[in-house]
Amino acid sequence: MLASRNLSFSYVSGDAGSAVMRFPDLALPQGGVLLLQGPSGSGKSTLLALMCGLLSGYAGRLHVAGQDMMAIQDAQRDAWRGRTVGFLPQRLHLSESLNARGNLALVFFAAGLPEDAAKIDAALDALGVLNLAQRRPSELSGGQAQRVALARATLLSPKIILADEPTASLDGDAASDAMALLLQAAQRCGASLVVATHDSRVKLALAASGQAIERVQLLTLGKKDDFRPSILREVL
Amino acid sequence: MKSIVSTLSFAWRMLLARPGAALLNVLLIALGVATMTVLLLVSTQMERSFEKDLAGVDVVVGAKGSPLQMILAGLLHVDVPTGNIPWQVAQELGLDPRIKQLIPLSLGDSYEGFRIVGTTGQFLALYKAKMDSGQMFSSPMEVVVGADIADKLAINDTFSGTHGLGSGGEVHDKSKYRVGGQLQRCGCVVDRLILTSIESVWQVHEKEIALDEADRKALQEEREITFGLIQYASPLAAVSFPRFVNQSTELQAAAPAVEITRLFRMIGVGTQVLQAFAAVLLIVSAISLWMSLTAALRERRGDLAMLRMLGASKSKVAGLLLIETLMLGLAGWAIGVTLGHLLTSLIGYLLEAERSLVVSGWLMLPQELLLLAGVLGLSVLAVAWPLRQVYGQDVLKQLNLK
Repeated sequence: MLASRNLSFSYVSGDAGSAVMRFPDLALPQGGVLLLQGPSGSGKSTLLALMCGLLSGYAGRLHVAGQDMMAIQDAQRDAWRGRTVGFLPQRLHLSESLNARGNLALVFFAAGLPEDAAKIDAALDALGVLNLAQRRPSELSGGQAQRVALARATLLSPKIILADEPTASLDGDAASDAMALLLQAAQRCGASLVVATHDSRVKLALAASGQAIERVQLLTLGKKDDFRPSILREVL
Repeated sequence: MKSIVSTLSFAWRMLLARPGAALLNVLLIALGVATMTVLLLVSTQMERSFEKDLAGVDVVVGAKGSPLQMILAGLLHVDVPTGNIPWQVAQELGLDPRIKQLIPLSLGDSYEGFRIVGTTGQFLALYKAKMDSGQMFSSPMEVVVGADIADKLAINDTFSGTHGLGSGGEVHDKSKYRVGGQLQRCGCVVDRLILTSIESVWQVHEKEIALDEADRKALQEEREITFGLIQYASPLAAVSFPRFVNQSTELQAAAPAVEITRLFRMIGVGTQVLQAFAAVLLIVSAISLWMSLTAALRERRGDLAMLRMLGASKSKVAGLLLIETLMLGLAGWAIGVTLGHLLTSLIGYLLEAERSLVVSGWLMLPQELLLLAGVLGLSVLAVAWPLRQVYGQDVLKQLNLK
């Protein structure tokens, strides 16, 4: 369950004082999909940061994967994130020092878990990039690199996957392929999926994928009049 | 434990990903460490070997001249003597109650560059030299040879001495020495000496120089020795005895302790310059390490932020960087120490050819571990600022979540 009530966060921004961001209430069942839309500056990134616990000090309530974010102690926050949240950043941040396999192994290291080679193979295989395991990120195409990054995000079977602008650098077909992959990956590990994007194609790609449309919620930030998440099926 | 192993493994893989920078830093550290190690090994062994060669001699008496030269010639056997002194006078001096024993040394001849030293059995006792085979010299023209000469002169071999302490002098072919025994290696100057009774040396020269029997008798009256090595009966003698010798006799007294300290002060300046040079090398390597760590950090900021996102705590990320740096330091130290020992061995090999100082590279000193501590300390200093940046970095900005 991903839920929020009266969630707001204030950035202290120098001489301009503080800017308060208010977020609509959320209630996404486990395994659901949340499409987070809105122009830049509308708070998509802030909400993602709050959801993975890298940003705290908010007002209101926020539960991620059933966990009250306020109740996690600071010392536990990193470990919790490592085991609960899968993150697909816009710039993939695959380490050029390591090959694809090494980049996945880094997940175990970061989470403080023993390295499991079989799991790494399975994750790469599920995304069809097992044959590229020995390649460095610079030796991969954009699409291949994103598959490796997605394998990294799903490696520990997280309860929630956060994807930041996953289609930003992809053309039409590739964008819908990427969305399909994301949905499959989330479904495989039973994770909720949060996609932050200002790309209108994502909505269509999701609708076209067909499989999960009942569980897809749409939240457009930055629009004062439409301040509640709507169900994608109803929107279309 | 597991997390340390995986941190080590990732640190190692990260280093391998940028081999050029890593290699440069390791080499810089290694150069500084190698220089330090060579200085340490050579100076320590020099002091030890001097200490052994001085053999507890309190004072050396000889002909007037440079006291340092007397020590170099009479104890270390690397310089020429200041001259000779009458045996008669030395014998009288030996009766002084302040003296426990006076061991006569008579120098002047050599064989293939090895000095032939006329002395008594006391000399061997002084250096605690033991017979390896054969027997101690008992009659004139019998010698025992040090361990370095054992492969050149076997027992019962005969040879003629050459006049002078270097090679190329006139050969005393009228009198031949016979090897009666070989000495065990003592790791001191005795290894490079041919020892015989003091009478042998006299006999050789009297035979060579004397024109007839009367002349030979006259020469016998004027027998000389080169040095007397003296051990005091009581330490108090050090106060009065050298002054007594210098003022009331035609001899000169030189205290090894004083002269060697003086020598070390002279060499010491050079060693200090080299030590400072090595220290500068180490500091430069630390600065280079710091700069390349800072540059690498700029490239890796995104990676490190992602590591945080994947669940690593700040201290874990910092630990990774710290271990990478310590690995560089450790590798630099290990290579430097190895290089230092090899270089010292080479120096030892070259010195051996000159028969001066015995220096070995196969010797570990506790100070080398101190050097390791120093290198690791410098590495920590070099990584301190980058670590601060890791702690202060804005993960959200790096991940484009701001």
